[in-house]
Parts: sequence; C-alpha cells; structure tokens
Amino acid sequence: MAYSNKVLDHYNNPRNVGSLDKSDPNVGTGMVGAPECGDVMKLQIKVNGAGIIEDAKFKTFGCGSAIASSSLATEMLKGKTVDEALAIRNTELVSELSLPPVKIHCSVLAEDAIKAAIADYKKKTGAPAEAAAQVH
Amino acid sequence: MKLPVYLDNHATTPLDPRVLQAMLPYFTEKFGNAASRNHSFGWEAEEAVEKARKQIADLIGAHPKEIIFTSGATESNNLAIKGVFQMYAEKGNHIITAATEHKAVLDTCKHLEQEGARVTYLPLKGDGLIDLDMLREAITDKTILVSIMYANNEIGVVQPVAEIGRICKERGVLFHTDAVQAAGKIPVDVNRDGVHLLSLSGHKIYGPKGVGALYVRRKGPRVQVTAQMDGGGHERGMRSGTLNVPGIVGLGEACEIARLEMDQEMARAGELRDYLKNRFLTELDEVFINGSMEHRLPHNLNISFAYVEGESLLMGINDIAVSSGSACTSATLEPSYVLKALGLGDDLAHTSIRFGIGRFNTREEVEYSANRLIEVVKKLRELSPLYEMVKEGIDLSKVQWTAH
Ligand SMILES: Cc1ncc(COP(=O)(O)O)c(C=O)c1O
Repeated sequence: MAYSNKVLDHYNNPRNVGSLDKSDPNVGTGMVGAPECGDVMKLQIKVNGAGIIEDAKFKTFGCGSAIASSSLATEMLKGKTVDEALAIRNTELVSELSLPPVKIHCSVLAEDAIKAAIADYKKKTGAPAEAAAQVH
Repeated sequence: MKLPVYLDNHATTPLDPRVLQAMLPYFTEKFGNAASRNHSFGWEAEEAVEKARKQIADLIGAHPKEIIFTSGATESNNLAIKGVFQMYAEKGNHIITAATEHKAVLDTCKHLEQEGARVTYLPLKGDGLIDLDMLREAITDKTILVSIMYANNEIGVVQPVAEIGRICKERGVLFHTDAVQAAGKIPVDVNRDGVHLLSLSGHKIYGPKGVGALYVRRKGPRVQVTAQMDGGGHERGMRSGTLNVPGIVGLGEACEIARLEMDQEMARAGELRDYLKNRFLTELDEVFINGSMEHRLPHNLNISFAYVEGESLLMGINDIAVSSGSACTSATLEPSYVLKALGLGDDLAHTSIRFGIGRFNTREEVEYSANRLIEVVKKLRELSPLYEMVKEGIDLSKVQWTAH
C-alpha cells in the first residue's frame, strides 16, 4: 500500500509522543480500540486554568495511518479550548492525511480518543459541559 | 549491498540465472510444439520436456511418467482434489484436510462441498502440527482423500508426512500433499512418504512463474484424476493444453539445481535463519516464535513482536521485503487464519512477521535486516501504549477494551 507523504511524515516523526501524569486533575486520558482489532490509541490532554489545552500526548499501537491520525490529532488539540476540541471531526484527519477508504477507521478511532480524553477530563473536574462552555 | 533486501522467499523466489539460461533457447530457435510428432521442431521440444520430467521426478523420487505439467500449484491442487473427488465418486465423498492449508486447497474443498463433498478441516496443535490421532479418527469408509500440506507457507512447519502416508495406506485412502514450500528445500520422497499425489510450483524454487507439476502415482496403487479441462488430451489425458516448453524446461532445471545443492543450501539458510532468530531473542523482549521450531523449514522464521502492529513495522522497514500476518496487510482485513488456527490471539497475529531466507540472500543482508528490525521494533514500542502498560505491570487480558 502506498502511503501519503503526510502519513509518512507523521510516522517517521511522530509529534507529541509520550504520557502525561494520569493522576493530575488537569489531565484527561482517553484509551480506545483493542489489541485484537490491531489498534489501540491512548490520547491525553492537559488543560490549563483558562480552559485551553496546553499539552497533548499520544501513544498508539496500530498501523501507520493510526499512528499518523493520533499524532495529527495531538497537534490539532494544542491551543484549542475543550469545546473547540470536541468539534474536531475525523473527516478533517482524513483529508489532511489523504487517508484511503480502508484507513478511515483510524481517523474515527482518533476522534473517539479525543472524545474519551475530554470526557475523562470533565469527569475529573466535576461540572463538565457548562464549565467548559464558559471559557468562551 | 543492494536495497531493498528480499526476505519474502515463501511468496516467490527470483529466477536462478542458470534456469534462465536453460530456458532461453526454447523461446526463440527451439520453439516447437512438444505435441508435433512429425518434424524436428516438435521432437526437440518433446525431448526437452521429457528431460524436465525426469529432473522433476528425480527431485521427489518419482518416475518421470508420474509427472503432469500444470500452470502452477494452484492448478495442481485443484486438479488433484477435484480430480480425485470426481474419479472416485463411487467410493465416497469425504475429504480430510487441515485448517492451515493454502487457499488453493481450502477453497477447492469449499467448492466441492457445494457439489456434495463432505470435508473435515482438521484443527492444528499449538505448534502447527496436525494431531495424527485426530486424523485416524476422522477417516471413515466414505473417505477418499487426505490432503495435508508438506510444509506451511507462513510458519514453515513441516507435517509428519511419512506417518500420514502410512495411515492413509493402512486405511486405503489416497494422500495428496501440497509440497510447494518443501520440494527442493528439504528432502521429499514420494515412496518414503507414501504420497499418491503431490503439487509443486516453479516460482518457489527459483524457477519461472506460471508453471508447476502434479505428481500422480502410477503403481501401488495406480491413481487417476478426472481432467479439469477438455482439449487435446495431453499429459496422459489428465491435463490438456499445449505444453509451456520454456517454463517446463525452467522448472526441470530448477528442480535439478535444487536437488544437487539442497544439502549445502539447507545448512546455509538454516544458519542465517538461526542468526536472525537469535538476534531477536537476545536483543528484544516479548517476542514469540510461531509454530514448531523443531519441525520447520530451515529457511523460515515466523515471529510475533508483541505490542508492535505488523503493518506499522513493515512501514518502518520499507527497505526489507517481508510479510506480516497482520490484518492491515491483507485484503480481507482479517489476521492470518494460519496463526489463528494455532490458537494465537488476534493481538499476536497482528504483530507477526514472516521471514523466508533464499538462495541469493547474503549474510550482510540478513545482518542488516536484523539491525533494522530491532531498531524499528524498539522505536515503535516507545510509541506503543500496550508495551507501556505491560511494563507498568498491567495484565492486558484484564483490561476492558472498547472494541470497535
Ligand atoms: C503452500 C502453497 N500452495 C500453493 C501455492 C500456489 O502456487 P502457485 O502460485 O504456483 O499457483 C502457494 C503459493 O502461493 C503455496 O505457498
């Protein structure tokens, strides 16, 4: 299979690889996928006092497109508010990375990982949706 | 050293230059039809075909008259299985095969199920070998054929063919073996092994693509197969069609070279394979060999690099040609059915890589490949949430995954 240059770039130089402290109240962790399905993504966000995602990290077990999707997702997350982050759609990843149809599920998984990380963050901070909405 | 390095010799092999030399005259000046009985062009072609028949027969301990030329092992397998099913329909309709056979066998059997065949797909033991007791129990008075491959194309596991042959003989059942991966690589002998039908293919043994052979036993017992193509009645009526003379010459030459050089090649490939294996086992943790190491082709290694998905690994070693059992690399998006048949979880099947060392691989190439593999596995493990969790002492089987 031929990979797009963007996928190759993220695969060769993945951005924001690593882990944040799961127990930090400002960190939200999302883990999606399953080893049997051939992909697992862990995506973490760290939200500052102003409600802005100041850091994002990922680790992914999966094909090159899954790695690229999550790497790109962390790049997109940084600097966004939590609500803006919730608006990220997998189709943006698909077009940015020129993913072929068989790899669309990788982008779906990345979107799920973003949502899961935000949900975890909101759970930790208590009054979720409203608090996040007020930063606007 | 030239890149990329080719280590996928179970998929196909390069043509040996000596084979090419033998073939070349038969494209141009010696172009005759081997069935032309009344001029020298035909005689010349026929002579070349008969020489090849003997070269092939010698490789597997057969008589030249027992060799039927085909377009490859897919056709040989089809001809053997469908041909026996139709020829021996009066005797029964039951076929026994194994879950790890090549698709050319499995799908042929599936096809015959629609035509009234009953097929038993034997499960495999964890090491990839069939259970001989299960085979014995599966044979009924309706069984006409057992089709079990000599050596597997993914995991290189070599079946106890001689014992299967003995069981089939005792029970009066025909035994077909797909020997595509074994013939020319390890000693194969149709008499020692008690084989009635055997498939082989040119392009797996440094011969040309699109040519193969089916061995059909002539004595003790005399075996017949129903032709699958109608036409001029070539090949003792079992396979019509003008013979592919250059291809056949190439197949013959490839078999002769393989026979003469087998001992030294087995030793050399085995040594390189073991080098590769030992590098992985000593320099990486969490690697698992798939299939029996003891009953295995000397040039095969199939290994799972746990927590690193196969396709992403292949992407990182794009200057090395190998293949993966990962779903992402297959058309069906299913991980290897061979590995699953060994009871391997999908998670490990997704992380498997198959290496096939060939005649033209150098030590330098194998060393380079080991270095690259180890480097990329380490890099991808730094990216792997699974590897991180395992290192933190988390039992992955207890994790609640969000399957999708
Ligand atoms: C075990 C086995 N059987 C059959 C085949 C099919 O052979 P051919 O490519 O000659 O049709 C192959 C090769 O793909 C094989 O590995």
